[in-house]
Amino acid sequence: MNRLSSFNVVSLTLGFVFLYVPMLILVIYSFNASKLVTVWAGFSTKWYGELLSNEAFLDAAWVTLRVAVISSTIATILGTMAAYVLVRGGRFFGRTLFSGMIYAPLVMPEVITGLSLLLLFIGIGLDRGVFTIVLAHTTFSMCFVSVVVSSRLVSFDKSLEEAALDLGASPWDAFRLVTLPIIAPAVVSGWLLAFTLSLDDLVIASFTSGPSATTLPMKIWSSVRLGVSPEINALSSILIGLVTLGVIAASLASKQAAVRAKRDEQAAVRAV
Amino acid sequence: MAETVFAPWDDPNEKPLIRFRNVTKRFGDFTAIDDLTLDIFEREFFALLGPSGCGKTTMMRMLAGFENPSEGAIELAGQDIAGVPANKRAVNMMFQSYALFPHLSVWDNIAFGLRRESKDKAAIAARVEEMLKLTRLEKFARRKPHQISGGQRQRVALARSLAKAPKLLLLDEPLGALDAKLREATQFELMDIQEKTGTTFVIVTHDQEEAMTVASRVAVMDEGRVMQVATPERIYEAPDSVYVADFIGDVNILHGAAKPIGDDTYEVIEAAGSTSVTAVSGRPFSDGQDCHLAIRPEKVSIHKDKPDADNALQGKVLDIAYLGNLSTYHVGLPTGDIIKAQVANTRRVSRRNFTWEDPVWVSWTKTAGVLLAE
Repeated sequence: MNRLSSFNVVSLTLGFVFLYVPMLILVIYSFNASKLVTVWAGFSTKWYGELLSNEAFLDAAWVTLRVAVISSTIATILGTMAAYVLVRGGRFFGRTLFSGMIYAPLVMPEVITGLSLLLLFIGIGLDRGVFTIVLAHTTFSMCFVSVVVSSRLVSFDKSLEEAALDLGASPWDAFRLVTLPIIAPAVVSGWLLAFTLSLDDLVIASFTSGPSATTLPMKIWSSVRLGVSPEINALSSILIGLVTLGVIAASLASKQAAVRAKRDEQAAVRAV
Repeated sequence: MAETVFAPWDDPNEKPLIRFRNVTKRFGDFTAIDDLTLDIFEREFFALLGPSGCGKTTMMRMLAGFENPSEGAIELAGQDIAGVPANKRAVNMMFQSYALFPHLSVWDNIAFGLRRESKDKAAIAARVEEMLKLTRLEKFARRKPHQISGGQRQRVALARSLAKAPKLLLLDEPLGALDAKLREATQFELMDIQEKTGTTFVIVTHDQEEAMTVASRVAVMDEGRVMQVATPERIYEAPDSVYVADFIGDVNILHGAAKPIGDDTYEVIEAAGSTSVTAVSGRPFSDGQDCHLAIRPEKVSIHKDKPDADNALQGKVLDIAYLGNLSTYHVGLPTGDIIKAQVANTRRVSRRNFTWEDPVWVSWTKTAGVLLAE
């Protein structure tokens, strides 16, 4: 193994400090016994306990989770369909326009998306709440899903679908039994992307939510305006912990899959 | 022994299984198939042979149902199949890339088509086992496509496309991905399976040896047109155009003017006028008509002294290609033409009779060549 040069060590340290010191401070202060965020008064886990009994936070967390699961699922279905049509549909009238339009929300400022959705909901007289946040999140995360899925579909061997049709499968069966299982990893990562986007969206949710529904980012934001409380620190620490666990689990799973694929391949080579 | 020769194309009462009737296929401005008419009969092993871009794959895709003709009609067993989608045709295809479903085992790949039409699990299992046995894949049934070799994958693709017992099996360059040895073995295996199942096979290939080996008839195609349809023997020995003669195998072509000298025999006088050869032709030529004489190198013999033959020309050895079983001599004529003569190396260690720059004679009989107009 190459030893790191001192320059590399410095770069590495600087990078990690920039990335992780803010989070580290947040986690440390979540264990602060004092109510004042800036004064250290010994170790305590009481804020975690208080958090669990804070109905407002728990409600917000529940709303956020529901919105994220529902909206990312709908966005994945719609986004996959859109990607399939745009990649596989061949040439049809307005195809270029459609594919351009589906990517537009990627670069649209969130404030504008949020505002236009708000105007729409008011216009059609829809009561704002969980439902409208779900609609809004579906709208903006769908295009992310379709980008991820269509990049996979472009490299997908079309003759696999043709083989399925040739063997008597209906177009829907060909998609369900052949295309979907093969592109599943892309669809899953599209879903995860949509889920994460929905989970930490503040701007669009603020525009489209009503008094009955508050998401966690909105709750944190509004609490912080009244002063940073150690409870928020505790909540954020939990979120960081969850994300870290998720990342580790995902990388372990993919590593295991890679090992299994390699073993399968070696088994195949021996059999030849 | 009175064995009937398989030749339904010579029987006027025989109904063709597939009928291309004045089929034209255009992609934008490009004409892939140009007013093509062709009959393919039941139990045939029919080869579509041509260089890439000649339209052979388009023909196959029209049969499979992935393309529709722009004009004309394609009939399968007497019915126009233009509007029938791919999944409703009694036609199966073996793809060039094999297109095996990577997420399914060999067993499930073969069962895929059967499951689409039947719910009877026992019948499906029996048919899959039968196919596995036919293609000698029993041991690999539980493997995934990436866990078997290229030759095995090819057999899975074949088993999968045969499982539904189609009226017609289409094979798109089926052996393209195999190495030479395996390809040869697989060609015989294909013929064997075709005979056993009695399915009509249509194979697309650019490999003329493959087409000649496996096919009962070969269609030589060029630029969306069929140049000639005949048995491999006739394609090789009696091509009806210079294109076909040149495309299939090695050939010497002498260009000149025909002069009838009776008895279906013609004298071919070369443009320069210095050499003339005689040839017998069933096809009539008028006096002075432009013609090409095509002679296969193995029908040309090479001598030290002037032989007593219908046609003998003197020249000089320019090149010798030693191929192991054969040697090909390139003999330059005074006119600048080069005649290739092929000699079988029947002795193991033989002294070479001729070497570079040797003055030699090449000769052939008057029936050895084919006289062609164009």
